[in-house]
Amino acid sequence: MKFLCIQCDEVMSFSDRDLPGDGTITALFSCGVCGREMAMLTNPMETQLITSLGVEIGGRTVPEQPFQQTRTRLDAPREDVFVDAVVSSSEDNGDANTASVSEHEFAKIRVTWSPEATDRLGGVPRFVRGMVKRIYTDYAQEKQIEIITPDVMDQIRSELGLEGM
Amino acid sequence: MSELTSGSGTAPEERSATRARAVRGYADLSGEVESRIVEQIGEQHARLATRLSEVGAIIVIASGKGGVGKSAVTANLAVTLANCGARVGAVDADLNGPSLGRMLGFLGSQLEDRPDGVVPATGVAGVRGISTDLLIEEGVPLKWKGPSHDQFVWQGVTEAVTLREFISDVVWGPLDYLLIDIPPGTDKIGRFLNLVSEVGPAHLQPHQVLLVTIPSEAAAAVVARSATQLREAGVPCVGVVGNMAGYARPGRDDLLPLFTGPSAGEIARAAGLELWAEIPFDSVWGAKTDRGEPVGAEGDSATARVIAQLAEQVEHGPGGREEKK
Repeated sequence: MKFLCIQCDEVMSFSDRDLPGDGTITALFSCGVCGREMAMLTNPMETQLITSLGVEIGGRTVPEQPFQQTRTRLDAPREDVFVDAVVSSSEDNGDANTASVSEHEFAKIRVTWSPEATDRLGGVPRFVRGMVKRIYTDYAQEKQIEIITPDVMDQIRSELGLEGM
Repeated sequence: MSELTSGSGTAPEERSATRARAVRGYADLSGEVESRIVEQIGEQHARLATRLSEVGAIIVIASGKGGVGKSAVTANLAVTLANCGARVGAVDADLNGPSLGRMLGFLGSQLEDRPDGVVPATGVAGVRGISTDLLIEEGVPLKWKGPSHDQFVWQGVTEAVTLREFISDVVWGPLDYLLIDIPPGTDKIGRFLNLVSEVGPAHLQPHQVLLVTIPSEAAAAVVARSATQLREAGVPCVGVVGNMAGYARPGRDDLLPLFTGPSAGEIARAAGLELWAEIPFDSVWGAKTDRGEPVGAEGDSATARVIAQLAEQVEHGPGGREEKK
């Protein structure tokens, strides 16, 4: 979409954007020759149609995050689903964050949580639950423990000195 | 959409004169388009192309009809291929009725965030997977933020982009096979074909499509429609997989009938397709799959033997490891 200042025969430039929070967008365009300004107002349906494409009106100011739309458009997502990458010692000296999934990760054992352990994890405050789960899971993987039970949780807490978790 | 203008007022006669002038069209205007929407979509396609360049073969498991056991076939085929040493990823494209997370045993897993993508969950036999049942709590329906009225207008686009993110934004690593479990509905098969056809300069196609069916008249009609759609799209390798092809009793090779409709072989012939497998119904095998412990081709049951043959067929088919030798 482009806007043309008919008086000046000049393509108008995007100058500002406002998101009032009601699903609408106000995008301002101005003519570089005469200074005339124009506001493009989209209704919630038009805004939704465009953003459903996973694009940002007016161009991206920051790079697109992986799963950008899924994260931002999903209603009531699981709170602890995404966790930050853990830098292992073998990756520590390199560009760990951009390291691709390596072959050895196919050999990782699958760790499952018993219902009792899951219940107990539910007692951990929500804002740290994901991190706590990750710590237990990683440790179990390292020790080749396939199922996390309350006893295994006690063992890991003791070995890692996580008595408060 | 509406526009408001500010600045110097224009008299009506002046506006009339302006309208009489020739106004340049979109293609006549040079310079950058500042919304960059086309470029942004191009970047999304480029990411998808990069990710798929590491995949040996895209295997689509579809049907058009619901309730025929596509996900169970997907899970057991994935595990069988992985047990044969293949690197396997599985995408649950059934966003509204996900089941691969449960069947492949990665329900409740967390997804590790990296700047270059999200690390997939690891399931049975090391199969990597992604599914909406990782993203929402159990028992909660998939819902998107947006205007509540006329959701059908934008929901399809949202789901297509989510499916694209499930492939392009996941750090799959090098894979021998990426299995795509397509939800019911022939339109869903078309949606996936459209998605991958945008990748790269060539018109990318899945390497193999498995059309899963059961011995029933209703399923036969849907398979015929799906076959026509795939033929029109130019997909070269399509095989029919008959599921629930009789009831397998433990320790017995003969099958008891489950349905009275046409066999998978007859359905395949009518649709002008090859029959790749007829999988007997085995309650133990099915229960294990539902529990997240799919055994694939393990054991000596008739069902396991057929799954082994199906995996062999995939390995020798287009893009398969045996075909590349």
